[in-house]
Amino acid sequence: MLGKLSWEAIPFDQPIPLFAASAVILIALGVLIYVGVKGWLPYLWREWITSVDHKRIGVMYTFLAMIMLLRGSVDAAMMRSQQAVAFHAPGYLPPDHYDQIFSAHGTIMIFFVGMPFVIGLANFVVPLQLGVRDVAFPTLNSVGFWLTATGALLVNLSLIFGEFARTGWLPFPPLSEATYSPGVGVDYYLWSLEISGLGTLVAGINLVTTILKVRAPGMTYMRMTIFCWTVLASNLLIIAAFPVLTATLAMLLLDRYLGFHFFTNEAGGNMMMFMNLIWVWGHPEVYILVLPAFGIYSEVVSTFSGKPLFGYRSMVVATMAICLISFMVWLHHFFTMGAGGDVNAIFGIASSIIAVPTGVKIYNWLFTMYGGRIRYATPMIWSVGFMITFAIGGLTGVLLAVPPADFVLHNSLFLVAHFHNVIIGAVVFGAFAGYTYWFPKAFGFKLHEGLGRLAAIFWIAGFYVTFIPLYIVGLMGMTRRMQHYDVADWRPWVLIAGIGGVLTAIGIGFQVAQLAVSIRRREQLRDDTGDPWDGRSLEWATPSPPPAFNFAVLPNVTGEEPYWGVKQRARERMALSEEPNYEAIEMPRNSPTGFVCAFFATLMGFALIWHIWWLVIAGAVGAYATFVVFAWRDRDEYLIPAETVARIDRANRQARREALNRLRRDQ
Amino acid sequence: MTHVAAAPAGRRDPYALGHGEGAAAGHGAGGPASKRIIVGYGFWIFLLSDIVMFSALFATYAVLVDRTAGGPSGKDLFDLGSAAAETGFLLASSFICGLASLAAAVRSKRWFYIAMAATCILGLGFLALEIDEFAKFIIEGNGPTRSAFLSAFFTLVGCHGLHVSGGILWLLTMIAQVFAKGFRADIMRRFLCFALFWHALDIIWVGLFTIVYLMGVYV
Repeated sequence: MLGKLSWEAIPFDQPIPLFAASAVILIALGVLIYVGVKGWLPYLWREWITSVDHKRIGVMYTFLAMIMLLRGSVDAAMMRSQQAVAFHAPGYLPPDHYDQIFSAHGTIMIFFVGMPFVIGLANFVVPLQLGVRDVAFPTLNSVGFWLTATGALLVNLSLIFGEFARTGWLPFPPLSEATYSPGVGVDYYLWSLEISGLGTLVAGINLVTTILKVRAPGMTYMRMTIFCWTVLASNLLIIAAFPVLTATLAMLLLDRYLGFHFFTNEAGGNMMMFMNLIWVWGHPEVYILVLPAFGIYSEVVSTFSGKPLFGYRSMVVATMAICLISFMVWLHHFFTMGAGGDVNAIFGIASSIIAVPTGVKIYNWLFTMYGGRIRYATPMIWSVGFMITFAIGGLTGVLLAVPPADFVLHNSLFLVAHFHNVIIGAVVFGAFAGYTYWFPKAFGFKLHEGLGRLAAIFWIAGFYVTFIPLYIVGLMGMTRRMQHYDVADWRPWVLIAGIGGVLTAIGIGFQVAQLAVSIRRREQLRDDTGDPWDGRSLEWATPSPPPAFNFAVLPNVTGEEPYWGVKQRARERMALSEEPNYEAIEMPRNSPTGFVCAFFATLMGFALIWHIWWLVIAGAVGAYATFVVFAWRDRDEYLIPAETVARIDRANRQARREALNRLRRDQ
Repeated sequence: MTHVAAAPAGRRDPYALGHGEGAAAGHGAGGPASKRIIVGYGFWIFLLSDIVMFSALFATYAVLVDRTAGGPSGKDLFDLGSAAAETGFLLASSFICGLASLAAAVRSKRWFYIAMAATCILGLGFLALEIDEFAKFIIEGNGPTRSAFLSAFFTLVGCHGLHVSGGILWLLTMIAQVFAKGFRADIMRRFLCFALFWHALDIIWVGLFTIVYLMGVYV
């Protein structure tokens, strides 16, 4: 009836997982009860859970990423503290548990923090920057989000029922085969990524179609913002890379569930094929995460320097060059496999070449700042912190791209420090820069500036104090994923890294405080005009938060930086443009399809992990029925009357007129 | 979203090149493309991603094709006659699916149902032959667990078979939709996607037939 699931799945005998599981259950129940008592459930259902508005979905993606960031950070804190005490000692985490923690940390940070953060920001911003009212496929967008959430939920369910994978963030066979990992841990990993990977693919198709087919009149390719370009590149990579991940993990599933021999030791299986396939996805994945972050820095640096981006065209070329080359370097993840000198040389050179377009980008940002009137608001602090940090990460990357050096450094903490250097230094800082930059657009008030700066400074300092020591112990020979060690020379560096973890935790604390304080003081932090940073691209032409239809009238784009042009004309003439002719607007209706479909996907995933076959079938039938019900609906759009559009737009025009009058008085 | 009203099918685009609907194809200057173009374009991208997934399975098959672990190879197993019949069924079903598109374009429910039913029957015929082949291999002890080669074979061919099965489910749903809703614009867009999907399965099958069956027997 319940497959492999029994009371033994719940870790009653292990205090730490039991505590974690209870905490997760209590927090989840507490939030649910609070929301229920406050009577917010109908509102949440109507306005958020069933929403197909790209802005709401973007916010939910970002929220998911931030919640999961807390979970992933707790894992990181446990690893740092374990290594701090496990010198000549077993520490407090048994190896069995420690292995699950580093596997969960990597899985969560890449798939459920990095991915939803960049996809969330892209979802929120891209249609606004393109000057349109929605993405290409609004309901599919909701399905994509909820499937991602399903993956995150399954990973966290492993805290309560059973265990998580002990095989690292990529489950290398033969360790991940049923012979060596007979438990449900690897199955949790595989099914949650199969399901959320489908969600990511859907998001990728949606965003690429949006950028290529749904743009405002006059918005030619060379007038799009760099953020739109980088999101396009990133989502092209999703479309080309995620199907490979799906296929690879499916093969491992077949090995585990049905006794196939893709990657096994016996009957002709080839485990190195897993390495090739997984990294054919895995290396583009790095750029899927980092390219949108580059886009965010481009927006932020240009806005806060008060200048158009330097070298726009070279930035476009660099972005697309990275997009292409990122598919030609995967083998550098396993130079030590022994593919031979020639193969290693080719992939080493290709890997080094990526540094060229990336270098172009760094110089473009620097030249954008040069001669600009720079305002060091929080997003700009993240950006400058990124430029310095990422330059170091890039240099160690080029070092690792040299095969002989890689033979020495492979799987050492030097490697761990390198990829944290680029992922924290570029993706995480970029996500936070974007979060601070677009928060007022999403909610109508800015985030508290002082706490934001403190958070940025502690994060940046925390990064250096954690990972520079790891570079050093890596060079001294310490390998990754050590549950305990007994080399005295490593000890001081490991302890310093632990202190760095504390600094980062303080940074996270400031971020939580920033959000709480900002919500409390939202009236003082209010953004009336919709253009709090003196922005240059079209999202700042809308009110904050933008109405469901984004633009009362689709903007007619006549040049680069369209909003800046309009704003300059208004400032010169001290008058807004003519009031447009308002017309009724058709918008897609909300739909519970995404949520219901994800509900069945969760059931199916859980049932597959625990071999509850009747529930698998029930879930599949339910998911199919959901789509049929959706396909049968007769009205998929609703009309916003012209008066409503006019009222909303006139209120915003009034606020902008007052801002213009303030400007006139100041002069 | 504001959409440029799509021209009725068969007008303004007499050669059905698909570029004539609406004022803008979305290349930049004209504003958002029509729904018909957005849906078709998005579905093409999905199909490309699906083909990427198959390419991973093809690559795997190529790596593992000689890893027979002492078991039979393709030469020992494959029956080209059966595979040729499968090819015939699938290609014929695609041709008739094209006729269903024509029936939909002229809004003929009767011919639409007839063509879709024929497509379905040919698709089921294809599946029956494939299942028969798989069953034969498994009964002879040459199932997917026999060797890495057979794992790759069953997965590659079986994944295509699963796509055909899913396609048949979609086909039946499509017939029910046309029955219940008629040739409404959104139904037509959905049918366009179905037709694209069904034809894409041919493209993959042509690769399968060549690389797995023909090269398996002759190379």
